Amino acid sequence: MALAISMEGIEARARELGVDLSAVDLDSITLPAGEDFGILSDDDEVLRNEDPPELELGLSNIIVVDNLPVVPPEKFEKLENVIRKIYSQIGVIKENGLWMPVNPETKKTYGYCFIEYSTPQEAELAREKTNGYKLDKSHIFAVNLFDDFEKYMKVPDTWTPAEIKPYTPGENLLKWLTDEKARDQFVIRAGTLTEVYWNDARKQAPELVFQKQYWTDSFIQWSPLGTYLATVHRQGSQVWGGENGFERLMRFAHPLVKLIDFSPGERYLVTYSSHEPSNPRDSHRVVLNIFDVRTGKVMRDFKGSADEFTTGGNIGVSGVSWPIFRWGGGKDDKYFARLGKNVISVYETDTFSLLDKKSLKVENVVDFSWSPTDPIISLFVPEMGGGNQPARVSLVQIPGKEELRQKNLFSVSDCKMYWQNSGEYLAVQVDRYTKTKKSTYTGFELFRIKERDIPIEVLELENKNDKIIAFAWEPKGHRFAIIHGDGPKPDVSFYTMRTANNTCRVSKLTTLKSKQANALFWSPAGRFIVLAGLKGFNGQLEFFNVDELETMATGEHFMATDIMWDPTGRYLATAVTSVHEMENGFQIWSFNGKHLYKVSKDHFYQFIWRPRPPSLLTPEKEEEISKNLKKYSKKYEQEDQDAFNQLSEQERKRRTQLQEEWDSWVAKWKQAHEADRAERRELRDGEASDEEEEYEAKEVEVEEIVDVVEEVLAFDLDQE
Amino acid sequence: MRPILMKGHERPLTFLRYNRDGDLLFSCAKDHTPTVWYADNGERLGTYRGHNGAVWTCDVSRDSARLITGSADQTAKLWDVSTGRELFSFRFDAPARSVEFGIGDTLAVVTTDNFMDHVPTVQVKRIADDIEDQTEESALVITGIKGRINRAVWGPLNRTIITAGEDATIRIWDTETGKLMKESDKESGHQKTISSLSKSSDWSHFITGSLDKSAKLWDTRTLTLIKTYVTERPVNAVDISPTHDTVVLGGGQDAMNVTMTDRRAGKFEAKFYHKILQEEIGGVKGHFGPINALAFNPDGRSFSSGGEDGYVRLHHFDHDYFNIKM
Repeated sequence: MALAISMEGIEARARELGVDLSAVDLDSITLPAGEDFGILSDDDEVLRNEDPPELELGLSNIIVVDNLPVVPPEKFEKLENVIRKIYSQIGVIKENGLWMPVNPETKKTYGYCFIEYSTPQEAELAREKTNGYKLDKSHIFAVNLFDDFEKYMKVPDTWTPAEIKPYTPGENLLKWLTDEKARDQFVIRAGTLTEVYWNDARKQAPELVFQKQYWTDSFIQWSPLGTYLATVHRQGSQVWGGENGFERLMRFAHPLVKLIDFSPGERYLVTYSSHEPSNPRDSHRVVLNIFDVRTGKVMRDFKGSADEFTTGGNIGVSGVSWPIFRWGGGKDDKYFARLGKNVISVYETDTFSLLDKKSLKVENVVDFSWSPTDPIISLFVPEMGGGNQPARVSLVQIPGKEELRQKNLFSVSDCKMYWQNSGEYLAVQVDRYTKTKKSTYTGFELFRIKERDIPIEVLELENKNDKIIAFAWEPKGHRFAIIHGDGPKPDVSFYTMRTANNTCRVSKLTTLKSKQANALFWSPAGRFIVLAGLKGFNGQLEFFNVDELETMATGEHFMATDIMWDPTGRYLATAVTSVHEMENGFQIWSFNGKHLYKVSKDHFYQFIWRPRPPSLLTPEKEEEISKNLKKYSKKYEQEDQDAFNQLSEQERKRRTQLQEEWDSWVAKWKQAHEADRAERRELRDGEASDEEEEYEAKEVEVEEIVDVVEEVLAFDLDQE
Repeated sequence: MRPILMKGHERPLTFLRYNRDGDLLFSCAKDHTPTVWYADNGERLGTYRGHNGAVWTCDVSRDSARLITGSADQTAKLWDVSTGRELFSFRFDAPARSVEFGIGDTLAVVTTDNFMDHVPTVQVKRIADDIEDQTEESALVITGIKGRINRAVWGPLNRTIITAGEDATIRIWDTETGKLMKESDKESGHQKTISSLSKSSDWSHFITGSLDKSAKLWDTRTLTLIKTYVTERPVNAVDISPTHDTVVLGGGQDAMNVTMTDRRAGKFEAKFYHKILQEEIGGVKGHFGPINALAFNPDGRSFSSGGEDGYVRLHHFDHDYFNIKM
């Protein structure tokens, strides 16, 4: 909620009333009981909306184990020992914390017991681990938290039909897309402030949309289609958005949430937290929740030790590779999968359970990735058995789990997979050992997914020893760029998957030699690319047009750490985030490398463009527009000109006003100076000096004839 | 135009001053020896030897006959400009930070630092026509300022003295009574140490530079804040063009942090702002350290900058500079 009253407003009001604010002790003010003068406190709102705080009953660390054998007194001790053995593995049972009641009449046990742990976490863990534990055939433990009993008791015995709430139309969450000037939004986080702006390139300045202090505890994130802005708090995550700026749309409770991830179609939100184990020998406990973004319901939760979730992949925050669940099958959010030991577990969102009730078994799989558009998984299995079993890359179709294509690779050290964003091509970067096994060289395997039988092509660099520094597909296109080289100034090469006579062969377009670049940023619309030299190269930028194969412009954003295209590919943002202490802030460039404006912010943490959903235009229509661009752009040109004129008019007025103000000062000073003239002359001992202050330097050329001598020179004609 | 690089000092520059005719440039540095240069071609004309500590500031009389310097050796000295002879030495019990001749060159204002047990002071000395008659006596001593006074200058008609320094406050003092007349506003004024102060050619307004990364333009008589120029680095030096509507700001991050970053990161640029629009119009790079001193030539056609790197750079403005339109 934005604060309606600003400090300036208060000050202005105080001045009006003649109150000296500095003399008022604000802390001494008390409101009459029950009167809030119409000012709602933030805290109140939170309290009202929040569920009533749950009282700690002190019983949350107790579990009830049911379905125990009913035993006579002579076997009591034995059973107790067995139970103690099982349950003390999970956590520390309090002294006298195990109580198995005995029927006073039969002297037999009732078949249940109570166990008190030292912490609720241990109790929770025990419930999770031993519920369903088979002691023997007829005794399968039913374990519940003691606190839950009351909840279960309350469940009514008769079924009542669910109440159907009347339909209330939701807000238009896509309002921001209807901006008249078709501008894009971005969010920044600097210091404690989080701010959303319009990028107004015409005004060469951002326009504030919304700002809020302490909006998030750790970071912010847009949903993939830009509908929601997610914030992360101790208690969970929240999403914001809507018609009128940023209202809270939903909360997702997940204590100590650390990481979040949206599904590509933004229907689901995955949250992740990891918790310190009570026993230092145990690994961290990990909790994952998958929420439905619109209803806020938990669709599925996953709990376990951190080890179970850290197999393979790159190591991210605190040992997990995030996202743990990778979403597949395009924008429908149909499947998600995670890597396990020798398996890939694929879940479907219809039931939120394993597809076909079992994981996809792949021995030794270390990495996989989804096609961005189709339910196809590409997976990589490294070399095994000292080279006897070759490494392989295969493509697996979901839900059929059938292998579409497979390629065996020999003497491989590592593999990286790059999908082109419309799922047409897959490039696999393969690092291979040389014969001596002392060094590696790199090649690419290029898969044409959309063609019959998925042909594979091998691409090797001209200079085999070149290291690959970066690889990037052209979005929506058929080209890719590679930065390769061994020295401090690498080369950049462009390749296309289509050759002139369309023979489905990869061919090189060009190589740019000795570039100060280590990262590639294609425009989301393709065609343009920015070659950036981040980190060691101090923020060099080169804007390159791949259609024309020419450099459009070069620039520099000194020390830049991040580069982001806006979702339309019209503007580029470069930012220095607070990994450095200095130069924090961002700059906006046009797609062709013209520097538009810059904003400096201390403690600058994040800059993210608001993503846009994909265009509704068909590819044909898009092509038609770009062909007849002149016709379409005409009406916008006029608008641009009008805006520019208006701006320059305002600017001119402002300048004239400033000049007038200044002139009045100068006039005043002249007068005062004039008035002081006599006195000043006296102080200077009568030297008439003032006039001299406005002296003019003149260059005077003086020519002086020093001497004139006339001589007659002999002129010999014969020599001619 | 290519700058003229003047290498003569062995330590960081502290102050630069042109004489009234604009043909001589006086430079002070931490190396004890103020130096005079030809302002047009940067040729060194001579030095003034005698100080035994860093020289913080200097001023030259209207007729370019005498030079006064203030030094960390706890003296302010009068010199004969043309011969380099030391004429007189005012002794203090703390370093002399700022010196300036008043109108008529019969008075000079000197500030002393807070040093050991001594509080900072502003002292006015009478300057005798005949050096034989010169005494060390102070005509006026102003105390009561907390923190070092970095600059003290005369107001119009020698009636006031303007001080600025570590406490970020600008004060105007009555020279008749020695009483405080005006004080800059805490809210709108500078937030950190004021490092420099420079007057316009007719003394009607002045500019202050501060470590709060801004420079401010004030009216000399009323102490009204007229303009604020915001930059990205602490400001060490400022000056106002005598002929054009420009001001120049120089600075850079602290010398102690300089080596930790790239040269470009330090922003060791002399930055030019439009005096009226408060907009940055250009910058001149070149120093390898923060800029400590800046001065416009009185003809407005050139300026010089002195840096922590020990160089004085003399720049003649390009043709473009004179064609800047609003």
